[in-house]
Amino acid sequence: MIRDHFRILTVDLAAGKGKVVTLDGRDTEAGGSGLAALLFDRYGHLDKPWDDPEQPLIFTVGPLTGYFPLMSKTVCGFKSPYHNQYGESHAGGRSALSLRFADLDGLVITGKADKPSYVSIGSRHLEVKDVHYMWGIDLQRSGKMLRKMIGGAGHRSIFRIGPAGENLSAYACITVDTYRHFGRLGGGAVMGSKNLKAIAIQGDGVFHLPEGKEYAELFEEVHKQLTTTDMMDKYHNLGTPVNIAVLNGLKALPIKNLQQTTDPRIKGITGETFADDTLLRNTACAGCPVGCIHIGFVREKFMKPNRYHYRQVSYDHEPIFATGSMLGMTNAFKVLGIMDTVEKVGLDVMSAGVALAWATEALEKGIISEKETLVPLKFGDAEGYEEAIEHLGLGSNDFYRLLAQGTMRAAEHYGGEDFACVLGQEMAGYATGEVFFTSQALGFRHSHLDSGGYSYDQKHRKKRKVKEAVDFLVKDEQGRVLLTSMVACLFAREVYKDGLLADCLNSLGYTTLADNMQQVAQHIQKLRWRLRLATGFDPTAVNIPKRFSEVTTWKGPIDPKFLKELKREYAKRILQLGKEEKG
Amino acid sequence: MKTAKVLTAPRMERCIGCHSCSLACARLVHKRLSWDTAGIRIISSGGLSTGFEAKSCLACNPAPCALACPTGAFFQRKGGGVIVKRKLCIQCGDCAEACPVDAIYLDATREPFVCIHCGQCVVYCPHDCLELAEVVVEPSTEKKAEEVVS
Repeated sequence: MIRDHFRILTVDLAAGKGKVVTLDGRDTEAGGSGLAALLFDRYGHLDKPWDDPEQPLIFTVGPLTGYFPLMSKTVCGFKSPYHNQYGESHAGGRSALSLRFADLDGLVITGKADKPSYVSIGSRHLEVKDVHYMWGIDLQRSGKMLRKMIGGAGHRSIFRIGPAGENLSAYACITVDTYRHFGRLGGGAVMGSKNLKAIAIQGDGVFHLPEGKEYAELFEEVHKQLTTTDMMDKYHNLGTPVNIAVLNGLKALPIKNLQQTTDPRIKGITGETFADDTLLRNTACAGCPVGCIHIGFVREKFMKPNRYHYRQVSYDHEPIFATGSMLGMTNAFKVLGIMDTVEKVGLDVMSAGVALAWATEALEKGIISEKETLVPLKFGDAEGYEEAIEHLGLGSNDFYRLLAQGTMRAAEHYGGEDFACVLGQEMAGYATGEVFFTSQALGFRHSHLDSGGYSYDQKHRKKRKVKEAVDFLVKDEQGRVLLTSMVACLFAREVYKDGLLADCLNSLGYTTLADNMQQVAQHIQKLRWRLRLATGFDPTAVNIPKRFSEVTTWKGPIDPKFLKELKREYAKRILQLGKEEKG
Repeated sequence: MKTAKVLTAPRMERCIGCHSCSLACARLVHKRLSWDTAGIRIISSGGLSTGFEAKSCLACNPAPCALACPTGAFFQRKGGGVIVKRKLCIQCGDCAEACPVDAIYLDATREPFVCIHCGQCVVYCPHDCLELAEVVVEPSTEKKAEEVVS
């Protein structure tokens, strides 16, 4: 609904009750990332640990959610178990439209349920229900159970956790509608700590649209740009896995725990091979005609002579890098098999793959033994990795329990910090150079999507200008935080430029917001950094492990001096950003 | 020989679940933002892994919903389906109950929403799942329709 304020539902799990709260801030925090920060400022506790029952788990959408195509993402804000600081994770699926149609700008969950429970909400209902019998059940089975228990197929979104979330892994994900995830920074553990197995959101509200032609005509224009120009071809065609071959060609693909950046055998796991051999179909987030979600399959013989079962697995560049190239895999079906196991236990696929890549090298080097890993981890051995993923999700022994708190945590205990591929959290699938390494290591979400550092590396091959690169990171973060406050899918960032965003906001009557987008973006950027710093982040203390300095890309070896200067300058700028915003 | 257009969904196995069709119907036909107040609604058939189904009017002739309507708000459309006169509707919900394929949505006030076979949704489908097909209007239907109208 179009309104000049926010309508928030808060749910207290301990009481099993909720409250509708009206909040000002549409013209200053907009929605999405801005609203999540505003809500954490109001409901969060800077000094209490991430798993204190009073800490909020926040989900927000933005002023354009549902009103325009590809405004299809939800922001999740929480104090992260990964670093005990404020963080964000984003997901699509039907989450955003479900919240919009449930007539909410935000959902805030606090407290801890007495027994494992789910929360079911809609525009006309709220229920907290005991599902203790579902605790310990994997994500695929619990998904089937929940779908039967909760009505409204197709017009709802179900967020759920697997054993990894229940076991409080610092990188347990929240799975959204089977194929999408609030993947990074451990939102799944926050749900686990609250005894919350699932959240179901029924999108059953109906809203009037602006009168007159302006909105209708603009919608047509945006839809046309997104569907009839070549701007979205990459996502429509091979999808993000097109990057695998490109990065391999640039010597910028992390392989075997970043011991290599290119491999002549890469063909087995390129986007082209995934499409030719494994692609079953595409699917989409609600409200997005692009349909970038690529679904492959795994087929497994479970009994002789000819008994098989199969499952469908969504794939993207990042999961292929993490469970493919990083683990030395060269077969697409085997990579899908590992991803499928990750899906079952509910881990963040990037962190899980990178953690096992470190464990494999640590085992090779004799830093740890099979006593710790329980299975003989070896680059290229899918069966071993599938078993190890289960151990990681279930926390089978002390080693896996520690590894599930973060690769660096395990490395600090066992040794091997130099080759732990951690940039704030386990690295994303780009070894493009110094600017990306700095961007992920210090970025707000430690995500490759915080700002386009990987793109800057590729476009500025010879330049070594620290200030220019850091200016780019700060400015690009500002542009992206505006989009994630609307909340747009970042794949649409070439379409939703500032002028079009302003037109969209104006067409819905958000004229003040449209007139002040830059100031709002700057404010949200600073607000997020203030909260991050206030919860303990020290950008000057960030360490980029030695392995990143040993990388050679198409530009040649990494320049450690440039990397160090970038880190120092970006840390300085982050401190400035956080201090400029008054609490 | 008279013909009429009816909305069909012959290629739903291609559907990606983007909901662009139902959002277009709600937006353009009913001037609303909603998943529900639309003549075509997309549901997942038992989880996303089993694909999608379209809930929309199959253009029955005679249409059980029109037969069930006590006030003539729903009456038989030539070529199949119904024509809706909102002013005549008393929001009893009998039409939705009579529909064998759950193609009529009742909102919170029990106002019914059903496909009017205008075809405005078709162009929004990125995978060409939908089609506005031409059907021959049987002479008997014409007569029946006229009778219902009068």
